[in-house]
Amino acid sequence: MTMHTLSVLVENKPGVLARVSGLFSRRGFNIDSLAVGETENPDVSRITIVVNADSSPLEQVTKQLNKLVNVLKIVELDPQVSVARELLLVKVRADRSARSQVLETVNLFRARVVDVAPDTLTIEATGTPDKLDALLRDLEAFGIKEMVQSGLVAIGRGSRSITAGPALRAA
Amino acid sequence: MRSLEALDVDVVFGIPGGAILPAYDPLYDSTVRHILVRHEQGAGHAATGYAQATGKVGVCMATSGPGATNLVTPIADAYMDSVAMVAITGQVARPSIGTDAFQEADIQGITLPITKHNFLVQNAEEIPRVLAEAFHLASSGRPGPVLVDIPKDVLQATTTFTWPPTLDLPGYRPTLHPHGKQIREAARLMAGARRPVLYVGGGVLKAGATDGLRRLAELTGIPVVTTLMALGAFPDSHQQHLGMPGMHGTVAAVYGLQKADLIVALGARFDDRVTGKLDSFAPDASVVHADIDPAEIGKNRHVDVPIVGDAKHVIDELIAAVTVERSAGRVADLGDWWTQLDDLRTRYPLGYDEPADGTLSPQYVIKRLGEIAGPDAIFVAGVGQHQMWASQFISYEKPHTWLNSGGLGTMGYAVPAAMGAKVGRPDTVVWAVDGDGCFQMTNQELATCALEGIPVKIAVINNGNLGMVRQWQTLFYNERYSNTELGTHKHRIPDFVKLAEALGCVGLRCENADDVDKTIAAAMEINDAPVVIDFVVGKDAMVWPMVAAGTSNDEIMFARGVRPAFDEDDI
Repeated sequence: MTMHTLSVLVENKPGVLARVSGLFSRRGFNIDSLAVGETENPDVSRITIVVNADSSPLEQVTKQLNKLVNVLKIVELDPQVSVARELLLVKVRADRSARSQVLETVNLFRARVVDVAPDTLTIEATGTPDKLDALLRDLEAFGIKEMVQSGLVAIGRGSRSITAGPALRAA
Repeated sequence: MRSLEALDVDVVFGIPGGAILPAYDPLYDSTVRHILVRHEQGAGHAATGYAQATGKVGVCMATSGPGATNLVTPIADAYMDSVAMVAITGQVARPSIGTDAFQEADIQGITLPITKHNFLVQNAEEIPRVLAEAFHLASSGRPGPVLVDIPKDVLQATTTFTWPPTLDLPGYRPTLHPHGKQIREAARLMAGARRPVLYVGGGVLKAGATDGLRRLAELTGIPVVTTLMALGAFPDSHQQHLGMPGMHGTVAAVYGLQKADLIVALGARFDDRVTGKLDSFAPDASVVHADIDPAEIGKNRHVDVPIVGDAKHVIDELIAAVTVERSAGRVADLGDWWTQLDDLRTRYPLGYDEPADGTLSPQYVIKRLGEIAGPDAIFVAGVGQHQMWASQFISYEKPHTWLNSGGLGTMGYAVPAAMGAKVGRPDTVVWAVDGDGCFQMTNQELATCALEGIPVKIAVINNGNLGMVRQWQTLFYNERYSNTELGTHKHRIPDFVKLAEALGCVGLRCENADDVDKTIAAAMEINDAPVVIDFVVGKDAMVWPMVAAGTSNDEIMFARGVRPAFDEDDI
C-alpha cells in the first residue's frame, strides 16, 4: 500500500465534508490526514485527503467520490510535482538549562517560537511530513508536553492550476 | 405542492404527521392523488413498484422522526436496485433542529449512504428548485432514490412561486454517450469471439433498450443471459435466451458465462449472486463492460473494454459497429458453442419433482399462475424461495412485467410494490407472488388497496416456514430448523383467508393441485377488490439449481447431490 494525496474540489455547502469522509469509512478506507478550506472561489472548497491504499481500491473510491453530487473534481497529486505542507504546533519542556539547545533545534529546522513560559517553549513549524517527523524526533529528547498537527495541504507545481472548471464559473 | 404539480406528479404514497402537515393541507384540493398507506415502509415500496412498472419517478411522503425512519428500508431497497424515487419528509422546525425535539431524527444523515443524494431545505424559496433537482437526479444517469427533508417552518413560510427553476448541480454530469473507440473495440471482440455471451442487467430495462438488445442479439447470434433484475428485457421464450445466471440460475446460463471467452455486460454489475466465488468466475473470458455508472466498471471484475454510457446508446452504437465488422466479413462461427449450450439446455432444463409426501408443489402453483395470467400481467415477488421460483417458472416476455427486490432482498416488498404497480398501470393485471413470511411483514397495505380501489392479486405461497432459510438449514446446518417454522400450517395462525377478509379483500384457499387452475381463474374474475389466495404448499420443496454461497460457479448443483458434468466437456 502507498500513500496517495487527493485534492477534492467540492461545493462549499453544509454537510459536504460528512459526505466525503463518510464515503471513505463506508468503503473501508482509513483517512491519514484531511484538510479543508475555501479556495479562490468562495463557492468552492478544497479538501486534501491523504489515504494509504492500493491503487485499484483507490480507483474505486475515487469513482465513488466522483458520484457525490457536490463533488466537482478530484485530482491525485503526484508528490514529485507538487508542494505539500503540514503545520505543527508543539509545546516542549525547556527550562533554563535546556532552552538554548531547544532553540538550536528550532533554528536548524527553520521553525519559530510562538510562546514562551518559564519551563516550556511552544514551537510552530511547517513543512513536509518527513521534515516535521524529523523535528519531532529531535524535540522528543527534551520532552514533548503537547502537540497538534494540521492535515496536509498540497498544490501542484508549475503554472497549471486545478479549478472547478467552467461549470461552476458559469453558475 | 405546486412544485409537485408542475413536475407532473400524479400520485404520492404517504402518511401525514406533525411536521409534514403544512404540505398535506394544500394536498386536500390538489390534482395530485395521495394514497394514504398504513405504514411508511408501504409508501416507499409502493413508490418503487410504481416507478418500476411505469418508468416514471415514484414519490413517497412521510413526517419527521419515525415517519422518516420507516422509509429507510424502502430507500435502501431503491438504492440497491437503482430505482427512481423521491422521498419527501417533514422535519422539525429549524430552531429545533439538533435539540432532540419531539419526533426529530437526522434523516439526512441516516440516509447519506443509501440515497443518490439528499437535501435539507433551508428556505421556502428553495423548495421548487430542490424538488426539480431531486426529480432530475432520481431519474437521470443511474437512477436512484433522492430524499428531500423540509423543516416545518420552511413548509409554513410564504414565498413567491416561480417555475421553472434553474437547476444548480455543477458536479452532476452523467455520461450518456459511449466513446466511439471503445464501441469499435467491443465490436471487434464480439466479431472474433468463439464463445461470447451477452450478460444483460437491469440497466437495459431502465434505459428502455430492450428492442435494441433484441436486434443486437439476433444480428450477432450471441447467447443472452438476463439477471434477476433484467427478466423481461429479452423474451424468455427466445431461442437465444439461456435464462438467468447466478446462484439459482439455469445450468446453461451459469455454464455459458463460466466457459465464455467473451462476456459483454450491459447494465449489469457482476454481483456476487451472479459471479459466485469471484476469483474463479469466467476464468477465460475477456470482458466488455458497459454501464452508465463508471464506478461499476471494474469494481468486481477486471474489464478489458470499459464503456461508460446509457445502455440504449451503447446498444445502438454496438449494432452499427458490429454491422461494419460483419460487412467486412468478420463473422465468428458460433456453431460449436451453440451445440454445447443446446446440449446443456436439453440435459439440464429447469424443472422440479412433485413432493413425495403428496403436498401441493409450489413450483406447479407458480407455473400455472404464469400460464393463466399470461405475458401481459405484472408479477411482483417478495424475497425467498417463492421469488426464485417465480423468476424460474414464469415466462417473462415483455419489459417491466417482473418486479422484485434484487439487491437488498427486502422481505415484505411484494404487497406494497404490487399496490404501486397497479396504481401506475391500472389496466394491467398485477399479481404479487409472496411467501407466508414476507406477507406477514406488510400485508396491512391490503387495507389501503381495498379502500383506494387498487385490485391487486396476491398469491401467498404458504409453506409454513421461512422457506429459503429452511432450505439452507436442510443443506448446510444438518436439518436443525432453528426458528424457521412460522405456524401458518400447524396452527393456521394467521388464517390468511380470514385475514384477507378482515382487510377488505376476497380470501381464497387452495390446498391441492386439482384446484389450482380454478382458484386462479376465480381470482382472475374478481376485478373490483383485492384477492388473496392462500396456496398451502409443501415445506420441503427446494430451489434448484443452486450455487452455494461462497463457492465457484463450477460447483453448481442441478439438484441435491447432482452436479452437471462440466469437466468432461472438452472446450
